[in-house]
Amino acid sequence: MPRVLTGNRLETGDVLWWNGSDWSPRLSDAVAIGDEGEALLARLIAAERINDPALIDVTGAPGAFIPTTTRERVRASGPSVRADLARGSLSVEAI
Amino acid sequence: MYRYDEYDQAIVDARVAEFKDQVSRRLRNEITEDQFKPLRLMNGLYLQLHAYMLRVAIPYGTLSGTQMRMLAHIARKYDRDYGHFTTRQNIQYNWIKLEQFADLLDDLSKVEMHAFQTSGNCIRNISSDQFAGAAADEIADPRPYAELLRQWSTLHPEFSFLPRKFKIAVIASDTDRAAIQLHDIGLQLRRDATGALGFRVYVGGGMGRTPVIGKVVRDFIPVGQYLSYCEAILRVYNRYGRRDNIYKARIKILVTELGIEEFARQVEAEWAGLAPLGLDAPPAEYERIIAQFGEPDYDRNAPDTLDLSDPDFALWVKQNVAAHKQPGYAIATISLKPRGGIPGDASSAQMDLIADLAERYAHDEIRVTHSQNLVLAHVRKADLYALWTALADADLATPNLDLVSDIIACPGMDYCTLANARSIPIAQKIAAKFEALDTQRDIGELKIKVSGCINGCGHHHAGHIGILGVDKKGEEAYQLLLGGSGAEDTSLAKILGPGFDENGIVDAVDKLIGFYRSARSAPDERFLDTYRRLGPAPFKEAVYG
Amino acid sequence: MDNRMNVADRDGQDQVAVAGAPSPALDDAPAKLRFRDDAPFESPIAPLADFLAGGNFAAVRLEPGDDARALLPHFGRLKLIEVAFPRFRDGRGYSSAAVLRQAGYTGELRAAGDVLVDQLGFMRRVGFDSFAPNAPLNLKVVQATLDRYRYVYMKAADGRTPVWALRHG
Ligand code: SF4
Repeated sequence: MPRVLTGNRLETGDVLWWNGSDWSPRLSDAVAIGDEGEALLARLIAAERINDPALIDVTGAPGAFIPTTTRERVRASGPSVRADLARGSLSVEAI
Repeated sequence: MYRYDEYDQAIVDARVAEFKDQVSRRLRNEITEDQFKPLRLMNGLYLQLHAYMLRVAIPYGTLSGTQMRMLAHIARKYDRDYGHFTTRQNIQYNWIKLEQFADLLDDLSKVEMHAFQTSGNCIRNISSDQFAGAAADEIADPRPYAELLRQWSTLHPEFSFLPRKFKIAVIASDTDRAAIQLHDIGLQLRRDATGALGFRVYVGGGMGRTPVIGKVVRDFIPVGQYLSYCEAILRVYNRYGRRDNIYKARIKILVTELGIEEFARQVEAEWAGLAPLGLDAPPAEYERIIAQFGEPDYDRNAPDTLDLSDPDFALWVKQNVAAHKQPGYAIATISLKPRGGIPGDASSAQMDLIADLAERYAHDEIRVTHSQNLVLAHVRKADLYALWTALADADLATPNLDLVSDIIACPGMDYCTLANARSIPIAQKIAAKFEALDTQRDIGELKIKVSGCINGCGHHHAGHIGILGVDKKGEEAYQLLLGGSGAEDTSLAKILGPGFDENGIVDAVDKLIGFYRSARSAPDERFLDTYRRLGPAPFKEAVYG
Repeated sequence: MDNRMNVADRDGQDQVAVAGAPSPALDDAPAKLRFRDDAPFESPIAPLADFLAGGNFAAVRLEPGDDARALLPHFGRLKLIEVAFPRFRDGRGYSSAAVLRQAGYTGELRAAGDVLVDQLGFMRRVGFDSFAPNAPLNLKVVQATLDRYRYVYMKAADGRTPVWALRHG
């Protein structure tokens, strides 16, 4: 199962995904993380600029990844009860 | 209401400056997130699923129009135009940025507000009765004593790194509207045989993973000494509360493991050493604070009659208005549970309106209730109709207080990083199922409480019907509990049977209510009383049979 | 109580602990902060069990789970009590300090271990008068922290006047 890297920006709390070279606010930019994931994670944790970084499981293909857990789908879409605040990374219906 | 003097303001200003400094050191990477986290938590700042969440303290749930207007301003300027009133009588914002937090704290401090100790392993915001000062059955206004506790516990040097969070509630009547037996310390103001004022002290109550009803540790502590007595309780807890297991760290576990007699013995021994140290505030300080909670300037000629010819208004009065101790006045509850709404949420426009209405009609006071509604405590009966009209125009006059659609729900997995399942959609679906007000009124008082995880912020253990979100192999699932109460007849809800998915839990509630309506002994026998009379078996049969 | 620092390096050189960044070289001062005028006491510090077993010690170390009251009969021969903070989140040491001061101990009371600058204000209030942090502290931040609060709400071991006393003279 593919994995992507996610976290929240220290300064703003914004939800982010790793696009291969930087952080993006869109899940659709996320790249699948291979064996280098743990090392990348360790480096990011030590840098102390991204909070709660984590590797999460997703299904589907790049550009249209869907996280396997409800929690991560909610993070990608925004609160399911506030469609007006939807983040656009994932539709609220996909939760 | 209590107003800050120069000392209160200086302490808040210093605390704000301190946290600004801590934030800037974090942003410069001079401290790690691990070191910073407890500091930000002690300022009410969490990292949730979507952003930082800020919990602003509303001491004992009381605020002025000016303060409410500031809460609206915060929602507009720093958040997404709304806030969420919580079961702890506080307000939470869901989209806060750390880099704007210093400005936000400055804004709050301009109206004598802050976010101190709304999280972290310290003494949290003190809660109290939302009808304080207005209820006919109270011995005295409990809030001056809550304010003294607020001051005593603010930046307490010995108790800022407790084993776990610590919650205190204060009431002054036999009717318990603050669930004091489900707090770490619950204080009930009363008189002894000689007429002297003091507190009955409950200790070790709480919900969460191991729900426990508080026990009486002392039947009477004179008002002049309750602060040093609380200090003794906290010291015993700080020294001996468990720190090896986060799920066993609350004081309730210590009290249970020691037994209440041994715990009380240790507290008394500690207090014997503390009482002579002069830790308690002097009588003049009590008087100063009590004076600030003096009676509002009542209109003594206010007519004590009400024109109920408008049937919709009459419905609202019957459901949402309570008796006031002053003739000609009434207590009005503003429902934050409108049809299709999110329990406890209010927009900035609604907050502004409520601020205006409080100033115009309610002696400039607003209360937050633990069931996530708001209260205007001192309204002239003659003004009720105008108040209701204005509230109704803003979708704030749903006449559903204590009815099936007045559901408590924690933020759940729509916001909360600890959640197993969503809470808000469950509350919305149940409310939608019983949309017709006639049906709701026929069902009568029914307290449904929904938590998204075992932490129990939605008070599911105190629900007549409690719903708990659990994780079932990565899927959201819900447990069903029955028979809880957070009132003076406190009881803990018990699990009825196997859990459900989202639609299953709504159907199960429907079946429970259907059975209750067929089984109640009289139209006014409450759901809870039918359950207590019949026991769980027939309810279980109705749901699972 | 006097919050002036009695530290070896008064020349204003900052001791900065920055995660991941090189720290400026420390001068020869130990990373120790002391708020007493008597001479520092430098001799072996005994664990509580050894101390109570009767060795000839004038300094003892309390772990978080140790009962500070076990020392009450021995104040006469104690010059230093060191209270260990293995993790800053474990707050038992605050009560140990409060208990000792409340019982009349006037010797040096040192907080040692995971002692962070943001805890110093609380620690001073419960009666600590010296500090041995694992990681060096930025002395400017230390000073700012200790000077921060002009007023306090409640009485504690440091003897500061609570605001209720100021309000009512
Ligand atoms: S009960 Fe659980 S899910 Fe709900 S707000 Fe509390 S911690 Fe979050």
